[in-house]
Amino acid sequence: MADAFISIRDLFKGFGAQEVLSGVSLDINKGESVAIIGQSGCGKSVLLKHLIQLLEPDSGQVLIEGEDVTALHGRALVKLRSRVGMLFQSSALFDSLTVAENVGLGLKETEHLDDATIERTVREKLDMVGLGDILEKMPSQLSGGMRKRVGLARAIANNPEVLLYDEPTTGLDPITADLIDNMIVELNQKLNVTSIAVTHDMKSAFKIASRIIMLYQGKVEIDGSPEEIKNTTNPVVRQFIEGSSIGPVQVQ
Amino acid sequence: MQFGLETIGRRGVNFVRITGGLFVLLGRFIVSLKHAHKSFGLILEQLYVLGVKSLPLIVIISIFVGAVSAWQAAYQFKFIGAPLRLLGHAVGKAVVIELAPVLSAIVFAGRVGAGVAAELGTMKVTEQIDALESMGINPIRYLAMPRIIACVFMVPFLVVFANFIAIMGGLIVSVIGVDVSSETFLNGFKDSFQLKDFVNGLVKAAVFGLSIGLVGCYEGFAASGGAQGVGKATTTSVVISSVLILIFNFLFAVILFRV
Repeated sequence: MADAFISIRDLFKGFGAQEVLSGVSLDINKGESVAIIGQSGCGKSVLLKHLIQLLEPDSGQVLIEGEDVTALHGRALVKLRSRVGMLFQSSALFDSLTVAENVGLGLKETEHLDDATIERTVREKLDMVGLGDILEKMPSQLSGGMRKRVGLARAIANNPEVLLYDEPTTGLDPITADLIDNMIVELNQKLNVTSIAVTHDMKSAFKIASRIIMLYQGKVEIDGSPEEIKNTTNPVVRQFIEGSSIGPVQVQ
Repeated sequence: MQFGLETIGRRGVNFVRITGGLFVLLGRFIVSLKHAHKSFGLILEQLYVLGVKSLPLIVIISIFVGAVSAWQAAYQFKFIGAPLRLLGHAVGKAVVIELAPVLSAIVFAGRVGAGVAAELGTMKVTEQIDALESMGINPIRYLAMPRIIACVFMVPFLVVFANFIAIMGGLIVSVIGVDVSSETFLNGFKDSFQLKDFVNGLVKAAVFGLSIGLVGCYEGFAASGGAQGVGKATTTSVVISSVLILIFNFLFAVILFRV
């Protein structure tokens, strides 16, 4: 698929002696909602961070519309990052800024919009995640679920074409996790984005994704529709989706 | 023996890594200065938070630095039979050339260098720096540059106060404890005062400030591994910047004061 929107080619990445990604290759088309699943520590988040050069690979390429992300720097990199929004695992809200300042920071610092436009956009985005009334609160005053929603509002602040979700439901109670999943589905449709979610929450993966990819031992183990994943006989994938400690996958 | 060599090797590699990292950060800081106008508000905020808020601590240490200098000088004068009218002279020289710049910088490294390393380190391990980058905001321009500029300007600013307060501390001790009149003390100080000493002290202070800011930011950005990593970054930043202050101070002494 030479014309895939996002194309990851033979990506290798290690930290010290430990190799995390051992030749990951995959293509993602425009408008797809992909979930990348796998055990904790299997390199899902590492893979996601390569898409906006938060990490640089040891070898391999990450292409977005044919442009190699790993070779970008300066303004070209800023431009790429402005096309992508990311929700971080720990929400990564800036402690010293209010909710409104968090959501509007990118608009102020990189888009250089005027205050009135920033305020209007911040309200609109926070309304989209159902938090239009907490503009002046500090992140420390928010619950885990609210922090994720503010993180979501921040990720969509500049109308990105691609949304990256790093463990969007980790650490949340099942009801709040479902709320976040619904919100992700709704945002993906409403904003017409290409989305990639990294998760080990199978309920979440089946709900938000139109395609599921599993990473195992640094490589793609399976790549298919949610139905194909549910019905696969691959013992590694079966063990993971059934959540069993007995099987070919060894818990480290 | 092997363990010893390994340790030396590891420390050597670490030294080269930190030195190289500091130079790279210095280069990126200098490049980021062309965007300083975009960060004017952030710079003002850091000037206040890092500098002005350090003033009470600098005032307290300076009083006692001046006081103990006067006391110890008087004790030595008595010992060698030197006239006490030179007390203002001795205290003034010691404070303006060495004590105010060096001690203010070391206290500043403890308060501000550690604070910067802890703040940026926490931001690093909680992915806030990744979040900044993901939004296309350069962390050097947004976080490091305002803090380093604040350190470069605020250490000399604090040293001006430290000079004044320490001389006052010395004066108080001289009048109350040593029985030297304020007039004698101040005349001694005025006779010895040279503008070049004062300016050299401020130049030194700016270099110390640059070291503190660079090391604090470098250690913060390099933090990894949660609370323990942040703690290590904080401690290391104080240790490295304190050592650098003393090394630079010695180099300044050799360059500026020919024996």
